[in-house]
Amino acid sequence: MGEPFIHLAGVKKVYRTRGADFTAVSEASFDVEAGELVSLVGPSGCGKTTLLKILAGLHSHEAGDVRIGSPEQPFDPSRDIGMVFQQPLLLKWRRVIDNVLLPAEILGLPMVASRARARDLLTLVGLKGAEDKFPYELSGGMQQRAAIARALIHDPKLILMDEPFGALDALTREKMNLELLRIWREAKKTIVFVTHGISEAVFLGTRVVVLTAGPARMADNFRVDLPHPRTLDIKTGEKFGEYSRRIYRLLGME
Amino acid sequence: MGGNREMLQRYALAVVSHLLLVVAWYLFVEIGHVPKFVLPSPAATIQALLVPNYRWVENGLVTGVEIFGGYILAVAFGIGTALLFSWSRTLEMFVMPLLVSLNMIPKVALGPLIIVWFRYGIGPNMMMAFAICFFPIVLTTARGLREVEPDLIDLVRSVKGSRWQIFTKIQLPNALPYIFSGMKVAAILAVAGAIVGEFLGSDRGLGYLMLQVQVTLDTAAMFMAVILITLIGMALYGIVLGLERLLVVRDARIQ
Repeated sequence: MGEPFIHLAGVKKVYRTRGADFTAVSEASFDVEAGELVSLVGPSGCGKTTLLKILAGLHSHEAGDVRIGSPEQPFDPSRDIGMVFQQPLLLKWRRVIDNVLLPAEILGLPMVASRARARDLLTLVGLKGAEDKFPYELSGGMQQRAAIARALIHDPKLILMDEPFGALDALTREKMNLELLRIWREAKKTIVFVTHGISEAVFLGTRVVVLTAGPARMADNFRVDLPHPRTLDIKTGEKFGEYSRRIYRLLGME
Repeated sequence: MGGNREMLQRYALAVVSHLLLVVAWYLFVEIGHVPKFVLPSPAATIQALLVPNYRWVENGLVTGVEIFGGYILAVAFGIGTALLFSWSRTLEMFVMPLLVSLNMIPKVALGPLIIVWFRYGIGPNMMMAFAICFFPIVLTTARGLREVEPDLIDLVRSVKGSRWQIFTKIQLPNALPYIFSGMKVAAILAVAGAIVGEFLGSDRGLGYLMLQVQVTLDTAAMFMAVILITLIGMALYGIVLGLERLLVVRDARIQ
């Protein structure tokens, strides 16, 4: 393989507030290959959201290197990022399909083609038939599916997800995990997935990056050697348990 | 459909309660032999419309123009001011406290001054209506423009959306329900403003007419004037409500 798609080396971010400086991220160094689904896992305050926003180009960083893109996978920061947050953040006054189209509108993409693509994406995320509904007519899980379709509309190479299923109930969350793996396989995107759920991190990730808090720093970065397509049974397997314990140990919970 | 039936039932009940009020009014006057100058019957109140001297149409139009004129000005300037605030935080911090202080002035107390400055007539009364409903519109609009999820702004910025795009696609439509909640409050205040203006100094309008017929103790005409003023207010409120239904998605409406 050539260069990695994402390369982070010694990334550090400090928030300066009155009185004290607060280190949000330090020693973050890891590579992500194109097409990987990387889980960033850690407790609150470990800087995982900050790191995600640095990748999105929304936050600056004090030290270290952040490089996205490779000769095989050139990266355009204005149109190769799709974002999904903990809240679906759909615009209440727009129908589902028009919500999905928002990034396309902002980028000025051709609307007829984008509309057709939005329909396909809504089918991909399992929302066929809900195109003309308003967000309030959808359940939380369905709203989050629409938000995922919105993140894919401009065909970005990198999807950044910040605890996208954190606000859902446990069963819907499991279901959405399976759905995300399916969407990831079909859409063939690189995904960076922030979560505080250890089992979720292992289940989804081809790689897991563990961040710890107080002080914030990167504690581990390992490949998850579990076969794809993954089903819920792997959660009861021995390997899955080993990976989970490895993270629990790092977070001082064992 | 069940929803439609429930709505029909609701309307029917509302109409019945209104009619019952009129019936109760009628019975109270008839059975209690209440003197006409204290409480006229519904029929006597309607008959007051037939007195040509009272120039109901002209006076009603004058009051209507004052209310609608003052209101429309307040909506335009109120939203405009809030937009300026959303573009310049410094301007907001500079002007907003001043507006809050000025809003503490009971607008009615300005009446005599307005007469000294602008004489009396439609213009000054419009100004009174304006003064009384300007502030709630500024306040709610400014709040609506401010209350945008930071993550949503990040989402737009992640695809390098401009400030203008954030404003037109997110901020402004997001503020719309807030704007309407302010406009609904202001619609009620505008009526009070215009009438107070007419009480303080005027030579036309329904408020002016009320003062005239008070002298001759034509209570029926006073009743009619109050009813007409209320109807104008209801018309304004109805228009605002209709616009809200048209422009704001049900889920986003602020009750």
